[in-house]
Amino acid sequence: MQKNKVTCILCPRGCIIEKKEQGGTFEFVGFGCTRGMKWAKEEFTNPKRILTTTVHVKSGEIEFVPVRTTKPIPKEKIFEAISILKGIEVLAPVEIGSVIVKNILDTGADVVTTRRVGQKESLDN
Amino acid sequence: MEKYKVVVIGGGPAGLAAALESFKILDDKKVLIIERDKFLGGILNQCIHPGFGLHYFKEELTGPEYAHRFVEQVVENRIEYLTETHVIDITPEKEIVAVNKKGLKRIKADAIVLAMGCRERTRGAIITPGTRPAGIFTAGQAQRLINIEGYRIGKKAVIVGSGDIGLIMARRLTLEGIEVKAVVEIMPYSTGLRRNIVQCLDDFGIPLLLSHKVVKIHGKYRVEGVTIAKVDSQLQEIPATERFIECDTVLFSVGLIPENELSKKAGIVLDIKTGGPVVDNTFSTSQKGIFACGNVLHVHDLVDNVTLEAQIAGRYAAIYSQHPELFENNIHVNIVAKEGIRYVVPQKLNKNFVQPFVLRFRVDNFYKDAIVTVSNAGKVLVEYKKSILTPGEMESIEISQKILSQLDFSNDIVVSLQNI
Ligand SMILES: Cc1cc2nc3c(=O)[nH]c(=O)nc-3n(C[C@H](O)[C@H](O)[C@H](O)COP(=O)(O)OP(=O)(O)OC[C@H]3O[C@@H](n4cnc5c(N)ncnc54)[C@H](O)[C@@H]3O)c2cc1C
Ligand code: SF4
Repeated sequence: MQKNKVTCILCPRGCIIEKKEQGGTFEFVGFGCTRGMKWAKEEFTNPKRILTTTVHVKSGEIEFVPVRTTKPIPKEKIFEAISILKGIEVLAPVEIGSVIVKNILDTGADVVTTRRVGQKESLDN
Repeated sequence: MEKYKVVVIGGGPAGLAAALESFKILDDKKVLIIERDKFLGGILNQCIHPGFGLHYFKEELTGPEYAHRFVEQVVENRIEYLTETHVIDITPEKEIVAVNKKGLKRIKADAIVLAMGCRERTRGAIITPGTRPAGIFTAGQAQRLINIEGYRIGKKAVIVGSGDIGLIMARRLTLEGIEVKAVVEIMPYSTGLRRNIVQCLDDFGIPLLLSHKVVKIHGKYRVEGVTIAKVDSQLQEIPATERFIECDTVLFSVGLIPENELSKKAGIVLDIKTGGPVVDNTFSTSQKGIFACGNVLHVHDLVDNVTLEAQIAGRYAAIYSQHPELFENNIHVNIVAKEGIRYVVPQKLNKNFVQPFVLRFRVDNFYKDAIVTVSNAGKVLVEYKKSILTPGEMESIEISQKILSQLDFSNDIVVSLQNI
């Protein structure tokens, strides 16, 4: 989705920052401070997000283990990353911080677990 | 009967921080945490999104990661805890009745910390007409089903309520391949954080329908859709604005209320505005030796504040077990919320502990350029200018030693708001 307006989320003022094209160069208007302007520039050119989701655990005390990317990844790669993670199954026990996928989609971010999952008690007593 | 110095009820972030702090202070280390769930960590276990710990740890963690840091300390210190154990009664004498697989358990505590969290208001609380088909959840229920149990709860959803939980679930459902048709909000504004509106709705092009309400849920066995309508400034439905949205799932995210069944049983005075106990700056409730913190006291947006508050409650619970006389009657100055301020916590100041503390409060409306003042005996002690205040964000004021030194203890402390 191509937008030319973003709402700055860095402080409660919530400035609406607009990208204006003028003879091939871009200009940003509406920001209340330079921190916000920098943020908006990044948000227009290469928006990134931390991805969090879950991955299936085999023989775990719970069915799914939560995972995250170690740093924000490009927004447009989120759904592709999700579909990779949907196909993965790990075996319990899992420690917190275990790497599930290294350098996912060449983003430089690893996908790691965010919780420890013990093994299912052997007998469902 | 087993005896403990401090028993903490609830093993969420509030309970964990309180227990750790009591443990630090007590010589005999007789502290116990009781949790009804299988794991410690509370609601954080299902909040797998980032956004936790920015203030407390100065880094962005997910819910389980934030919880883990405290659970680890509890385990390392060998603090005693019971999981899958439900507290069903507490008495003003600080006797606790709990049940688990092994049966009924009675425990005697010198001091108790209530840290049971909150629960969600359901569809019933906002009276939505229609049938009762399958496919209706509260947002928190859905969060647990998806994030912990791994269920696919539907294909097309409508979310009612645009607080943070509703917004976060809109993104979660989308990532799970469930199409979110709309987030419907009766108020003309969302009470969720702007960051969540941007990253959970705008990111995925999910419409936020403000000043709209669900007027009917359709479907016999499974939800087949909802009818929504616009509302006027009195929140009344505007005729001829109805619209049908096809969906098989409806999530209600219409507010949280402190879990106060046990507080009521113990005869604790509750604040009608917060829904939780009335406490003083030691987080002591009206029942001597029973303390409260976290969402059971008032609903927090940020877990970091829960931790800070719980540490104080835990510390004073330990002090109470050693010096109960410092918490006797008639030792309080009231702290009252006036114009523009919906509530303040704590609601009292204990004269035996006149030490700097943080006053947390919420305003009752949207304000631009306002001043919040703290006054006493007709004198303004401190004023804060704020460019924006919203009911959705908890605010705080530091009550410093300097402010405290000017207090006239025979008068109330008054917190109020004025427009500039
Ligand atoms: C969906 C959602 C999203 C959130 N997102 C964020 C965010 O992005 N950033 C942020 O900082 N904060 C966020 N929060 C807020 C934060 O998670 C809460 O404020 C915090 O977890 C409250 O902690 P607590 O310990 O008071 O309650 P809880 O975590 O609810 O813990 C209470 C515990 O008490 C137990 N209990 C209750 N009754 C009994 C009983 N009778 N006997 C034994 N045990 C009992 C419960 O099982 C539970 O484990 C979010 C909250 C929710 C619900
Ligand atoms: S641009 Fe600056 S002032 Fe405006 S919201 Fe962003 S951080 Fe705040």
